[in-house]
Amino acid sequence: MMDALLANGEILIDLALLTMLVSVAFVMVRSRHLFVIVMLSGIYSLLSAAFFVSLDAVDVAFTEAAVGAGVSTVLMLGAMLLTVRREKPTRTGRTPVAILVVTLVGSALIYATFDMPPYGDGASPANSYMGEVYIDRAAKEIAVPNVVTAVLASYRGFDTLGETMVIFTAGLGVILLLGAGSVRGGKAVKDKPDGETPS
Amino acid sequence: MSIEHLILRVVIKIMFAPILLFALYVQFHGDFGPGGGFQAGVIFAVAFILHALIMGLEETKRVLPVGALKILMVVGFLFYAGTGVATMLLGGNLLGYDAIDPASTHHAGQHWGILLVEFGVGMAVSSTMVMIFYQFAGREPEIRDEDW
Repeated sequence: MMDALLANGEILIDLALLTMLVSVAFVMVRSRHLFVIVMLSGIYSLLSAAFFVSLDAVDVAFTEAAVGAGVSTVLMLGAMLLTVRREKPTRTGRTPVAILVVTLVGSALIYATFDMPPYGDGASPANSYMGEVYIDRAAKEIAVPNVVTAVLASYRGFDTLGETMVIFTAGLGVILLLGAGSVRGGKAVKDKPDGETPS
Repeated sequence: MSIEHLILRVVIKIMFAPILLFALYVQFHGDFGPGGGFQAGVIFAVAFILHALIMGLEETKRVLPVGALKILMVVGFLFYAGTGVATMLLGGNLLGYDAIDPASTHHAGQHWGILLVEFGVGMAVSSTMVMIFYQFAGREPEIRDEDW
């Protein structure tokens, strides 16, 4: 009785989270106010983090909450300060081609989900082959309790080295593009002198 | 920005140290629970970003200068790569941590290696995040309230 209730409760939580995700996505698409969109994208990340927790993927949830909801929201706000606060209104005429393409791709994707293994299936490709090997061998080969860390830092250490390199390169790119405080001696940089309106 | 946002200023002063402490916990507890260098680096950076948002960018730059960040970015990445090279010099593969402590019966070398590379990741990620924020925020140092 209690087990059935718990299982149903989890489905209800999943459904509620997914419904909120979809509605947030729709509001983001409809909104023209950039501040609202940035805030909603933070909420979207937080909701997906909650969803990942319900899927028992705590490491992914942690990253999503810290990076998606935390830092990237702040960075988007910082980027927003450099531009206008509102999205330019786009042409509202609906083209039948676009609707056709969206319907076709959407139905193809929904059709593809029929072939997906059921949730939590131990025999699914993701849970067999390499996943199984890692779980079997990590305890005696790496001997750290968190298998995710064992895979990330040891089995795929070279991969993670590349990821660190990517983050470093991203920072380097931002420094080179925006440049304030590095190339020009620590002062805030203005692209155009005062009084001149940006074109 | 003299005494504006008094409540926020007090709150960030209280929260600053616990956030850093939590980041360090996530950093060094990554092989036992969820977390690791990436998450810890971001949380570490968030403390400084919050500080910059409330106290102003110039104040934070006095705590954590751009020059130091540049060095930390490079050192973090080289720390990771250096661990790999070190295991090679010890006679193992690149990032084959068992070479650190080959005599160990419970893979102490793996523990050491993971701890070291995660530390490098944390250093690189946190300094890069703060650096990116500095670059964006530094273009318009004072965020006026009516801008929102």
